[in-house]
Order: sequence, then C-alpha cells, then structure tokens
Amino acid sequence: MISPPTRAEVEDFLYAEASLLDEWRLSEWFALFAEGAVYQAPTAGAPEDDDPTKSLFYIADDYVRLRERVGRLNKKEAHAEYPRSRVRHMISNVRVTAARADGGDVTCNFVVYRSKNGKVDTYFGHSLYVIDWSGAAWKITSKRVVLDMDTLYPGKLSIVI
Amino acid sequence: MTVLERTAPAATALSGMVMEDRERFLFRVARKAFADEAVLEEERRKIFDHCWLYLGHGSEIASNCDFLTRQVGGRELVFNRDRGGAVHAFLNSCPHRGATLVREPRGNAISFQCFYHGWAFNVNGRFASRYAEGNYGKDHYEGGCADLVRTPRLEHYRDFYFVNFDANAVSLSDYLAGAKEYIDLVADQGEAGMEIVGGGQNYFIDANWKLLAENSVDGFHGLPTHSTYFDYLQTVGDVRTDDLADGFKGAVHDLGNGHAVIEYPSPWGRPMARWTPAWGEDKREMIEAARARLVKTFGETRGRRMAELSRNMIIFPNLVINDIMAITVRTFHPLAAGRMAVSAWALGVKGEDERLRALRLFNFLEFLGPGGLATPDDVEALECCQRGYKNLREAAWNDISKGMPRGAKARTDDEEQIRCFWREWDRRISGRPQGAPA
Repeated sequence: MISPPTRAEVEDFLYAEASLLDEWRLSEWFALFAEGAVYQAPTAGAPEDDDPTKSLFYIADDYVRLRERVGRLNKKEAHAEYPRSRVRHMISNVRVTAARADGGDVTCNFVVYRSKNGKVDTYFGHSLYVIDWSGAAWKITSKRVVLDMDTLYPGKLSIVI
Repeated sequence: MTVLERTAPAATALSGMVMEDRERFLFRVARKAFADEAVLEEERRKIFDHCWLYLGHGSEIASNCDFLTRQVGGRELVFNRDRGGAVHAFLNSCPHRGATLVREPRGNAISFQCFYHGWAFNVNGRFASRYAEGNYGKDHYEGGCADLVRTPRLEHYRDFYFVNFDANAVSLSDYLAGAKEYIDLVADQGEAGMEIVGGGQNYFIDANWKLLAENSVDGFHGLPTHSTYFDYLQTVGDVRTDDLADGFKGAVHDLGNGHAVIEYPSPWGRPMARWTPAWGEDKREMIEAARARLVKTFGETRGRRMAELSRNMIIFPNLVINDIMAITVRTFHPLAAGRMAVSAWALGVKGEDERLRALRLFNFLEFLGPGGLATPDDVEALECCQRGYKNLREAAWNDISKGMPRGAKARTDDEEQIRCFWREWDRRISGRPQGAPA
C-alpha cells in the first residue's frame, strides 16, 4: 500500500491552491476540483458540520455552480470584483485529520486579506478539505470554508476564500 | 427640444430633499439625504421612532422559552416566548444598571440573569430575585419598577412580528395597509404556516440604508447589474418562459404608507412552485404537485399567481419580503449615514418535503446573499453610489423619474415603487400629517 503523503506535500498543495487564488488564475483553480466536487461556506457562527440542505449558507456550490462562479468571476461584468480586488491568502496549522489509501481529510487555518477601494477586508477561519491523492494530479472533492468571525464584517464574499 | 437642467425642478419641496414635478415628469432626491449625518438623526427621530419595524418571525422562537437578541431601530432587543407561549419584546438592558442582560444570540432559558450583580427575571419580564428584608422596599417586587422594560408596542401579522417605539402609533394592521395582501401571498404558501430556515445571513454594507430599500424593489437595474446571473440561468437551464404566455408583463402597486411591490413573471424557477429544467425531471412531479395544491386551494387565478409570479416588496421603512427564486426576508438598519447592518433570512414552508427544502436553499444562494451570484454586485453598486455622493456639493441630485409619463401603467422596470418610498420618507421627515395634500 502506498503511504499517505507527508504534511509538507499537503502544505505544498494548499499553498499552490492559495497562489492560484491570489493571482486570479481561477480557471486553473477550478481545475483542482474533481468532477462532482462541492465548495461550501456556512454562515458565520453556524456549526462547522451544518447542512446546506437544511440551513442557509453563504455558499453551497455543486460542481456546476462552482464552474459558473468561476466563469462569472472571469467576466468584467462581475462588478463586485471588477476592477479586481487584491487578495492574499495566508495558510497555517495544516493537519491531515484522516488518511486513506486514495485520499484524506485535511484542515488548515486561514487569513485572507482583500483590498479594494481604499478598504481592507479581513476574513479568518479554517477550511475542511477532502482531497483525492490517488492520481498523479491531486483533486479536491470537497472544500468547506468555515469563517470564525462572529459576523461577516466585509459584507460580501465575492472572492474565493 | 427642452433641455433639462441638472437642478431641482421647482415643485413640491417639503423636506427640501425630494422634488416631484408631475408636469415635467421629474422626480429628484437630494444626495444629501444619503450622506448627511444630520439627516440620519432626523430619520431616527421621525421614522425609526414612529414606524413599525420588523423584529422577527414567530418560527424563530418556535418553542416556549426560546429567545433571541436583535438590533432594531438602534435599540438592543430580546425577542422571546415565555413559559406559557406568549411572545415578548424587551429592551435588552438590565433595569438595575443597564448592562446588556441577554448576551447570547439565541437559546432557550426559563429565566434571564444579569451577570453584573445577579438580578434575575422570569422570561415574562418580571423581576425574580429575592433579597433579605431591608435590601429593597415592597414596590421593588410588586410595583414592577424592577421588571424588564418592554418595547412600547409589539404586534404581529401572519407571524411576522413588528415593534413600534411610539406607544400612540396606529395598529400594525392599519400601518401595513395594502402590504397585507402580499404578505398573505407568501404566508398562504404553507398549509401549516411558514418558517425561517436555519440562521440568517448578517452582513454590512458601506452605504446608506435607503439605497438598499431602493435596490430591493428596483427592476431597472436587474439586467445591467446582474448580466452574469442571467448568463448563469441560461447556461444551467434555469429559465423558462412557456407558462408566461398570458401576456402579463408585470405590475407596480402602491400599497400605501410608503409600501410598494412589483409583481412579474420571472425567468427563474420557483420552489413554490414553478419547475425549470435545471432542477431535473426527478423533481418535476413534486413541484407540479405543489403548484396543483395552490391552484386547488386558492383557485386558478390566485393559485397561479402564487406559484408563477415573483414579487419584490418594500414595507416602509426597512423590511423587504422578496418572493423570487426563493423567499427572502431582509431588514437593514443604519449604523451611520454611510453604513448599514443587514440581516437576511430564507423563509420556507413549514414541514415541506426535504427535497423541496434543499432546492429552496440551493436556489436562494444562486442569487442572494454575500456569496450569491448577484447580491455582491448589488452591494458594489450601493457602495459606488455612496462614494459618488462625495461629489454632492456640485452633483446634488439623484433621478428617480423613470416611467412617470406612463402614470398608473408603470412597469416593473420603472421607478414608481421607489417614488412611493420617497414620498412617504418626505412626508415623515417634513412632519406633514398623513393624508394631507402634498
């Protein structure tokens, strides 16, 4: 049996993902997701394991809507993000919380800064990933962004966290 | 050709900030109304201290002893149900020294206790602590002087609870006027009633609160602002026009007291109850059945209206109930002239099929909220307006004239519904009695 990846390898993957987001290479970022993957952000203050079929989230994208979210953000008519904001993701406290032969569960903490129109927005929280590392190219099958803020001070979640 | 100067038309000038010239079809609002802290202070005294303000939905405190805290009209309130099921709204300040009494956003409790000195209260507001003789006189216990202070008024319509800080205000029913018919169109969708689904979305916008009142019922901005959303609908197949063949293009209704609604056939699917191909054949039967139930219960005309038409309604000053691709209940409060706090919830049918519930929530997020495919662009537009008002000394007026030549035949992409809001705003700010001629 192949041994699970090291934390350094997992970190490299998450750093590469963050870099794509910071550089607005969103189509390449979307390509990291496996077909059928989900991308979710529960509301601030909601339980970490909240269910988007029972509770209101900020974002609960299936694969198609995630594709469309990215397609939208690549357009000039995505007014909230055009002209584009400047973004930087900081990733830390990376842990592999479950390792299987074909993939595993990963958590990390994040701080994301977004700057536009003379204002700095700060988003902080932690992310829960399910990653498929069975193939040559790793794929994200699920990413849940859990904001640890008591409310959404920046007002919009128009960038990808 | 008449050249319109970019100054105020010489017509009605009550507050001096809303100008309506019905002969020249001009309606202007001073940008000062959005940017001046002194105007906000006037609004707090003349609007938020006298209008019925939305507090919450009864389903949010479904069980006895449920409570939640809310900020409404600049006050901190507790909205709760007591041990007998009666609903209350208290000022969230300990009668002793004023500390915030309830410090959790929501919960269930048989009493409230202030952590500062330990004063305790029953959830019906009565002072419940007992001290040894000599500490307090009899009135302290029996005269009600240590009880929690209530909002002067608390009333509800179809489980939508409102408070009023003016003890002499008209009844909620009279205040809502024509809006009741449109609340009914939402409330009647559930046989066992409606409920708020999960928690709400709370967020802030760096813009004046009235910009969101305008935007929430503004049909004109839909296509230009939200072209990427309509692209999305096309791509995923969440569009149909085949059941809109009746030729109804939509209507604008002045509901009285500053309330207004636009009602229109919409391209998107509606969980209650208009199926679109994007949802797949497996959900078709369920949606068609929901539609058939509405038609059976309320007749062909009203049933189809409930199922097929979308409605954006503003209830003056700051409640929006939009029954669109999902139902959102949204309220917003000024924090400063250029900043507001927004709370938005999803409303669903109590006890609905879990697949319908899931679809409702999925559909909500395709457009609505801070992470939706459309709301962030609204927020951007509102914030751009607010920045634009920095130029108000030279560029002083907003134009809200669209559709005035059409008179009573206003279209949903006209601005008559927004003018309804501003006429009431103007009336209240200028202190003119209700019903007095302009």
